[in-house]
Amino acid sequence: MQMRRKVYLAAGTYTVSLGTGRKEFHPRKPRPGIEHYMQEAGRAVISKIPDVNVIDECVVGNFMAARFNRQGNLASLMPTIDPALVYKPCTRVEGACGSGGLSIFTGIKSILAETADVVLSLGVEVQNTVKAIYGADVLAGAGHYASQRKNGHAYFFPSMFSDRAGAAFEKFGHEKVRRAMTQWYVNAVEGARRCPEAQEYHNTVEDLHAIGNTPPNPKVFVDHLNFSDCSKVSDGAAALLVLSEEGLKKTAIAAKDAVEVVGFGTSVADLTKQPEDPTQADTSQSAVGKAYEMAGIHAKDLAFAEVHDCFSITGILMAEATGICGHGEGYDFISEGRTKLDGDLPMNLSGGLIGHGHYTGGTGVRETVDSWKQLTGRAGDFQVKVPSDRPYGLMISMGGNDKTVVTLVMQQAGS
Amino acid sequence: MDLAQRYTDVGVIGAAGKMGSGIALLLCQQMTHRRLGPDGKGRRFKLTLMDVNDAALDGLQSYLASQLKRMAEKSTILLRGLYADRKDLVENGEIIDAFVADALALPRFTTDLGAMKGAHMVFEAIAENIDLKKKVYGELKNLCGPETWFFTNTSSIPISLLDREVGLGGRIVGYHFYNPPAVQKLLELITGPDTQSDLIEASKQIASDLRKKVIPANDIAGFIGNGHFIRDGLYGISELERLTGEHGFPEAAYLVNHVSQDWLIRPMGIFQLIDYVGVDVFQCILGVMNRFIDGEDLHSTLIDALMDKGVRGGQNPDGSQKDGFFRYEKGRPVAVYSLDEGKYQPLDDSWTGKLDGLLGTLPEGYVPWKGLARDPGKNEKLAAYFANLRATDTLGSSLATSYLKRSKEIGENLIKSGVAANAEDVNGVLLNGFFHLYGPINDYAADPQTVH
Repeated sequence: MQMRRKVYLAAGTYTVSLGTGRKEFHPRKPRPGIEHYMQEAGRAVISKIPDVNVIDECVVGNFMAARFNRQGNLASLMPTIDPALVYKPCTRVEGACGSGGLSIFTGIKSILAETADVVLSLGVEVQNTVKAIYGADVLAGAGHYASQRKNGHAYFFPSMFSDRAGAAFEKFGHEKVRRAMTQWYVNAVEGARRCPEAQEYHNTVEDLHAIGNTPPNPKVFVDHLNFSDCSKVSDGAAALLVLSEEGLKKTAIAAKDAVEVVGFGTSVADLTKQPEDPTQADTSQSAVGKAYEMAGIHAKDLAFAEVHDCFSITGILMAEATGICGHGEGYDFISEGRTKLDGDLPMNLSGGLIGHGHYTGGTGVRETVDSWKQLTGRAGDFQVKVPSDRPYGLMISMGGNDKTVVTLVMQQAGS
Repeated sequence: MDLAQRYTDVGVIGAAGKMGSGIALLLCQQMTHRRLGPDGKGRRFKLTLMDVNDAALDGLQSYLASQLKRMAEKSTILLRGLYADRKDLVENGEIIDAFVADALALPRFTTDLGAMKGAHMVFEAIAENIDLKKKVYGELKNLCGPETWFFTNTSSIPISLLDREVGLGGRIVGYHFYNPPAVQKLLELITGPDTQSDLIEASKQIASDLRKKVIPANDIAGFIGNGHFIRDGLYGISELERLTGEHGFPEAAYLVNHVSQDWLIRPMGIFQLIDYVGVDVFQCILGVMNRFIDGEDLHSTLIDALMDKGVRGGQNPDGSQKDGFFRYEKGRPVAVYSLDEGKYQPLDDSWTGKLDGLLGTLPEGYVPWKGLARDPGKNEKLAAYFANLRATDTLGSSLATSYLKRSKEIGENLIKSGVAANAEDVNGVLLNGFFHLYGPINDYAADPQTVH
């Protein structure tokens, strides 16, 4: 497939990722509701364009507001951002933790279908409304309830990825895999310390390796993961505009301030089935392949990647899914520091899901906003060098146990 | 009768009190686990919760409901296994709710001691009063069967005395939980020469079931925990009295409390600890120990004077701290009692600052208790800090060094007098029951060349 029309992304923003780790977070004190986050992110985007009325359409990605916040019909909350959005078309999309990716994907399709020039794409989740043990129930909805939940673990998703880690230990050796998982955690916190909105921004722990190497305790958690292997429980939202060339003009956004989507891919796998090889994220690999093909590029052409690291082991599988290294080579690739800010393929520079935070339904949009920041030189302390011969950024938004995936390949517009 | 059978009919006396409610909670959880487990099939379980205070039993019900839910939330991994055959219970939330409902089906609430009839095990947590305990056990002996075991939550009363005077035939052990029982890991197990051997073994198993760390203590009033705490408190009081002449009562109380908390890096100062335990409880335990321990004057006129003035310490029903040596706001001391004036003097920098100056600067390497509590390198840091303390010539260092020496002497005497088997047990009680970072038997007050 080829892009039949140019599609741009711009005016990105995200809120603070609120949850444990942030100084302002207190689990027993009242906190803002879901509409607050939608409004904060949506208004920040609108403030970057001269006229809100040019927005043709809205998309909101969200996973489980119906359970976390007892709130459905999120599309109709979008007009609370601005009265000008009343009577605009708006869609809520859901693909578990890949909902944010689907929000942007839906916006892209509207641009390609020529039914819109300017789409406000937003992703949001507010998860700290319940204790972790109940949150595990809610998030388990990303798996197959009928066939998996009853026999599943109390911490359902951590257990699924713990099994993947266990399989990797067996196949590639415990020491090698564990070293890489710990390094992934260390990189995540180091990245988050460079991004003021990140949940681990205030982290001052000196010996991150010691935290990362904490032995797992299956009596209170899962067999092969410790808490530092896990993404955060977060409240937050991210938003940006998806635009056609006409949309850029309508919003008066200069090309240098936008990125062009040069390729995208989406893939789903059968929710009722276990992964064929738990040491591979093959659905993500499939979606990455589609985006590369559309963009006409390879992994070696990337300046950076924003990937879905719901667990440290996932981050490594995602690194392999980008194709920058082969199956089983990701562990050393990470351990050698080659995904750090100055590495061969820097990844998750603002901390990823483990360091930045993981407001599930909004994470894909947050990853895309960070990609836009990198390609337009807005990433501040976590800015990577974007070489002229490797001008592309890759984003992987994934839902469930590698079941629903959206990928984007982007470069700065006009380059 | 095997232990599985004994667990089917259990009673708690004084169940609505501070200690009894926690013991009831632990038993309720354990019995529910057993009921749901493979040995529970076909068995009927009953937990009789008795207290003379009927109104307090209402509070006990809501306490159990809220705490059982918290416990279930923390043990959902285990509970999913116990409810594996219940196809209707799928989510954690459903399983947690089912467990709470099942657990709350066990207790029978009563003000009638007669309801203990038939109980295979009775846990008693009434007031620390020998005559009252003798009266209750006298009734229990007639009510319960000849196989019933008794677990008394005494922190000071010799259990052999109860056993002998009531004629329980070795069916009683001292089961000293620490406050609050649901949280504190330590359990002092007190046995006497006549205690039945199968009861001793079962007591260890039950403690393990309730996830407690057992430290054995011999049957000498006060045992290890209060054996140290009461004497440590008396030393603090003697220092207070000594310093009062020069500085005044509130000032001396501030000084000794400050030194025993910060200079010794303990979780709270000695007078805060007495307030937490209760000035009244402290007096009561002193009385029991003084009665049974010869050759030592375990008495405090200051404690008696405070009690005469109605200064009793302890906690309010909501858990907040009552006035004692100090007055508290949000758990922190804000004023100190003036014995002469009979009122509280606010703690403010205008006078505490001068006293801090008198004590001198805290030695290099000082880290507050909270900062060290979870530090894996705390032993090295403590050794370095106390070495600096020894090398510092200030009033604070001098008071702290004397305190360390006295604390060590108390610990060593507990071994000499046969209360504790060894230093490990003494230190274990202070580490686990009082959350000290180091045991009293240490070399922190001694110069290295004097250590052998």
